[in-house]
Amino acid sequence: MKIIIGQGSCGIAAGADKVTVAIQKELESRNHPLEIELAGCCGTCYLEPIVDVVSDNGQKTTFVSVKPEHIAEILDFAIHQKQPKDAVIMGDNDQASLDKQVRIALRNAGVLNPEKIEDYLANDGYKAIQKCLQEMTPQDVIEDVKISGLRGRGGAGFPTWFKWQAANQQKATPKYIVCNGDEGDPGAFMDRSILEGDPHSVIEGMMIGGYAIGANEGIIYVRAEYPLAIKRLEIALKQAREKGILGKNIFGTGFDFDIWIKAGAGAFVCGEETALIASLEGQRGMPRLKPPFPAQKGYWGKPTNINNVETFANIPWILLSGGSAFAALGTEKSKGTKVFALAGKIQRGGLIEIPMGLTLREVIYDIGGGIQDNKAFKAVQMGGPSGGCIPASLLDTPIDYESITATGAIMGSGGMIVMDETTCMVDMARFFLDFTCKESCGKCVQCRVGTKRMLEILERITNGEGKDGDIELLEDLCQKVKDGSLCALGGTAPNPVLTTLQYFRDEYEAHIYEHRCPAHNCKKLLTYTIKEDLCVGCGACAKKCPSDAISGEPKKVHSIHQELCIKCGTCKTVCTFNAIEAL
Amino acid sequence: MSELNQFNNMCKKSSDELTHDTSQLDEVLKVYKNKPGSMITILQKAQDIYGYLPKDIICYISQETLIKTPIIYGVATFYTQFRLQPVGEYLILLCKGTACHVNGANEIEQTICDELNIQNGETTEDGIFTLNNVACLGCCSLSPVMMINGETYAKMTPKKARSILRDLRKKSKLNAGKEDQV
Repeated sequence: MKIIIGQGSCGIAAGADKVTVAIQKELESRNHPLEIELAGCCGTCYLEPIVDVVSDNGQKTTFVSVKPEHIAEILDFAIHQKQPKDAVIMGDNDQASLDKQVRIALRNAGVLNPEKIEDYLANDGYKAIQKCLQEMTPQDVIEDVKISGLRGRGGAGFPTWFKWQAANQQKATPKYIVCNGDEGDPGAFMDRSILEGDPHSVIEGMMIGGYAIGANEGIIYVRAEYPLAIKRLEIALKQAREKGILGKNIFGTGFDFDIWIKAGAGAFVCGEETALIASLEGQRGMPRLKPPFPAQKGYWGKPTNINNVETFANIPWILLSGGSAFAALGTEKSKGTKVFALAGKIQRGGLIEIPMGLTLREVIYDIGGGIQDNKAFKAVQMGGPSGGCIPASLLDTPIDYESITATGAIMGSGGMIVMDETTCMVDMARFFLDFTCKESCGKCVQCRVGTKRMLEILERITNGEGKDGDIELLEDLCQKVKDGSLCALGGTAPNPVLTTLQYFRDEYEAHIYEHRCPAHNCKKLLTYTIKEDLCVGCGACAKKCPSDAISGEPKKVHSIHQELCIKCGTCKTVCTFNAIEAL
Repeated sequence: MSELNQFNNMCKKSSDELTHDTSQLDEVLKVYKNKPGSMITILQKAQDIYGYLPKDIICYISQETLIKTPIIYGVATFYTQFRLQPVGEYLILLCKGTACHVNGANEIEQTICDELNIQNGETTEDGIFTLNNVACLGCCSLSPVMMINGETYAKMTPKKARSILRDLRKKSKLNAGKEDQV
């Protein structure tokens, strides 16, 4: 009998810490010691905090949305098999959405205790690297990864074996293997969950990669915004060293390998390989021209191979199960599974892993449970600031690298933000341009200045000051920024604008020519009115209105003078009675 | 450029007047100063010690590592993690990631600005709160979220944000003994 508490960042944010304390207290007061384990995120973030009760015969009961006041019931269930009254057991629909997934990269996340190497070892942990070292040559390893068809999970989808082969063939030494955990896409948290929930599989994947290319040193570059991931990695590395899995003469095969962690300091562009290397060297993270590729001249000018967290997490499974087992999943050109972070206006937000080739509709409706509050689906954003918005008419697009690229979006690292009818697509484009404009490193003029000019135009349009010709100007700028940028940040920055222009051009036109925001989202294009039935005449809005546009006697219904209103929206935020309507 | 020059001049003037205690930083420098490529790590550790990167400390790091101050300043201003100004007792990191944006992060920002009378990047006059918008905290399915001194607050509403800030203001050390001003 044991109790497992989901302790990923999301679980902790939802209150898993308080639940843990409550369980410990309750067990103490009952004087009934029970084994408490922690686990990473199992993906169903919308149900956090999650507590699993595992009986001695291995039967697992999952309690969801647990509050400290449910603890007594949960322990009654665990110890006395008493059915709970208020505590909620995971429903069949939620279970069904888990069952539709195929978990390879996430195989251990939410299942094993990430702070105990014994758990990982008991589940085939470090068997793959042992197999590689004892039975395979580096070339065999590369061949198996080639058979698997694994492509880089960081976004670009470059075949992993090809990068390994290129680094393997370099004569210069030492070589380095780097794990890119600089997950900068706003709206994506796959890498965080893997690092928090299953750090050992990333370490093992790096060791296998190191063996394949001939590197003895690995570096994990993690965002400093992920303190828990860094902590769990540090624990994992320490435990691996103590067990002799990292260090000298691993498994008595003469292979030496060790890994250290570099905390990034916050720069989206550092997801780009050459920028990441500059950052590793302690400099500003600015990309440089390729070639030479990192495989030829990388960290300190030496051959360096960089893969994403999820890519590495797949590697041990591939080497143990065989490349063909991985290739059996997915589509012809996109093999295996992919992890996605479902968020936005979706019912069941969280982390999912699916075989490639499922359609967007299956993911959003069958697994994600559809849109919140029964609103209408409008678009799904894939690929973050480098990607685009895919409209409802393309919901039957299969999820593979080529099909997603054909829509104008990209597979990206796996962020999937679902939007409903209340999301303004022009504002969405403005949001991403605001991001890329801030994150542009400033090296290329087109990216540095072009994104700024595009942002200004989009701000103008969302503020109701759009001009005839703005759309054409945007299109022209998009092309120039694409052409004139050295790295993928600038090269893909126009994608959010291009896709929204392609699929939602009418929304741009409504903003510019009709001074209207169809989604009722852009403040400056709304009309604020007071709902008479809800206003209690408290006067809070009148007091805060910067242009004295609201008047009314105390305790009587107030009104807004439209000719004075500057549409700042302050009244709506200060009203605690929801009496201000913006349409 | 003028900002840079100003910074350099400032360094020359104040290099003798080291106002901060460097005993903890010296331990860090002992480990990292001769290790190439360690500037980001040194600055991160310095910020952990002082809460931000004071100018005299940047000058001191420059003297110790023999790396010129404009280069250090260039690194410090490139990455969003580094701060050149002290922050309040409570540092509010408001997530402005895509999921939070779609779920109303702007309204939360407006509420915080209204409640504290500051804008993004500013600190309240009493030194209790600093507001920093950040790109993504990675808790997208609990959006909108904010993090205050390491604790994450999920599924924010304007009302919730206000009450959290008022509670923290009451708890503030800087407010101890004073009447509740809200």
